[in-house]
Amino acid sequence: MKTIAEINEKIRKGQAIVLTAEEVIEVVKEKGFKKAAQEVDVVTTGTFGPMCSSGVFLNLGHTKPRIKLGGGKVYLNGVPAYAGLAAVDVYLGATALPEDDPRNRDHPGAFVYGGGHVIEELVSGKKVRLQGFAYGTDCYPRRQIDTWIGLEDINEAILFNPRNAYQNYNVAVNLSDRILYTYMGVLKPRLGNANYCSAGQLSPLLKDPFYRTIGIGTEIFLGGGIGYVAWWGTQHNPSVPRKNGIPTRPAGTLALIGDLKGMKPEFLRGVSLLGYGTSLAVGIGIPIPVLDEEVLWYAARSDGEILAPVVDYSRTYPERESEVLAEVSYAELKKGMIKILGKEVPTGCLSSYAKARKIAQILKEWIKEGKFLLSEPVAPLPGPDSGIKLKFLEERKDT
Amino acid sequence: MQLRRVILRFPSFLTNQPIVYRLAKDFGLEFNILKASVNPEKEGLLVMEIKGEEGQIQEGIRYLLDKGVIVESFGQRVVFNSERCIHCGLCVGLCPVGAFIMDEVTFEVIFQEEKCLACGLCVKACLVRAMEVQL
Repeated sequence: MKTIAEINEKIRKGQAIVLTAEEVIEVVKEKGFKKAAQEVDVVTTGTFGPMCSSGVFLNLGHTKPRIKLGGGKVYLNGVPAYAGLAAVDVYLGATALPEDDPRNRDHPGAFVYGGGHVIEELVSGKKVRLQGFAYGTDCYPRRQIDTWIGLEDINEAILFNPRNAYQNYNVAVNLSDRILYTYMGVLKPRLGNANYCSAGQLSPLLKDPFYRTIGIGTEIFLGGGIGYVAWWGTQHNPSVPRKNGIPTRPAGTLALIGDLKGMKPEFLRGVSLLGYGTSLAVGIGIPIPVLDEEVLWYAARSDGEILAPVVDYSRTYPERESEVLAEVSYAELKKGMIKILGKEVPTGCLSSYAKARKIAQILKEWIKEGKFLLSEPVAPLPGPDSGIKLKFLEERKDT
Repeated sequence: MQLRRVILRFPSFLTNQPIVYRLAKDFGLEFNILKASVNPEKEGLLVMEIKGEEGQIQEGIRYLLDKGVIVESFGQRVVFNSERCIHCGLCVGLCPVGAFIMDEVTFEVIFQEEKCLACGLCVKACLVRAMEVQL
């Protein structure tokens, strides 16, 4: 048994043993749990993939004379930002599209540029065009602004992502006779391919499946800089089926927050999904303090022991049905071929394992160098016994 | 030995004649059919790789042209921009000819251009536009 304070003391002294979630699997096999749990102090995780519920709050600073953009309209490189806040606070979401984007009029649309791309440009140090339209008041008389801004010109740029780091995710296939363009990529007809989106054995919440160490307030690697777990993520759904404690369906999620000014474009990339829209690929790394053998046991589960559900995106997903065609392990998915309904199906992935690995490695270095300490959660995330159940939106004629 | 990728269009009057096998028999060429669409009485299409000595390839293509086959070489190629690539591997399961592989050690995407048919599917599907068509 160790406490976070004890582990931090070791980190400060440069004596902490830190391993990535990949490395720890081998170490546990070699040394056994008891010995490994005594020796290993921290396990670092990582993930990098498109996460649509991402975006950035910007405080643009005040113009002279002042303008009240709140209640007006704001565009960044032509992409609309939400302006229903105070005078110069806006929120730019990853999936926002320019009003003149053809979208899916000529299906499948290319979705060349959207909010995710603007965020990538900002974090790359580029200037973006700000256009604002307001109605004018006595205290905020100005009605229009057209200028260029960069991260160094504005007050705050706060990445705030309401849902990131999904604990497990669907493997998408297509049982129909036509090609599908989805948020899980292009799906070829008649089980032509299968796309998944998780770092598996490196993915943060899969390595702490009951949220024993990851909670509200946990300090993390976010987009190449520092971030925090702000809350549980939207659609957090901890009460799904589990095998050996690990969810076999999309389950927990995290709401994350951090200073965009400290982040890097290598770990925040604008994404275009053919026929679907734009998004933002986000890099996340979370440290897991090895408090006891149980924490280590979960942190050391490998791809072969983590199962993902295979879902048909021609009918089951769009119709919000719950049928799962099969469960496959991440080890099988990573080999490049899975068997579904008797057919060999090649796999593709939307989540970058190479980047996930790099993130876990960087976080490990930060901790080893004493630059990053572990944080005690302020409050826990709701677990399987919380009673949280996903609600669905039903159409009603009246209240 | 040379490798040439060609698109052959067979006018409808040719589709019921044996032609392609003569490339092997008379000109000693090896060929590998990558895509075929042949319907009796209609225009036929063959995409294939021809392997042989340069002189033999030219003679073989001359033979096809004399017969009335329309021969086109690949006008475009697809190039891989490794700087842009995030190595997710979405292209790996998508490519119809398996031109992408995921390195089992580094988990980085490797593009094998020699296998590519330049169909352009990856160019449109890539999340970060790491694949480009070059004319």
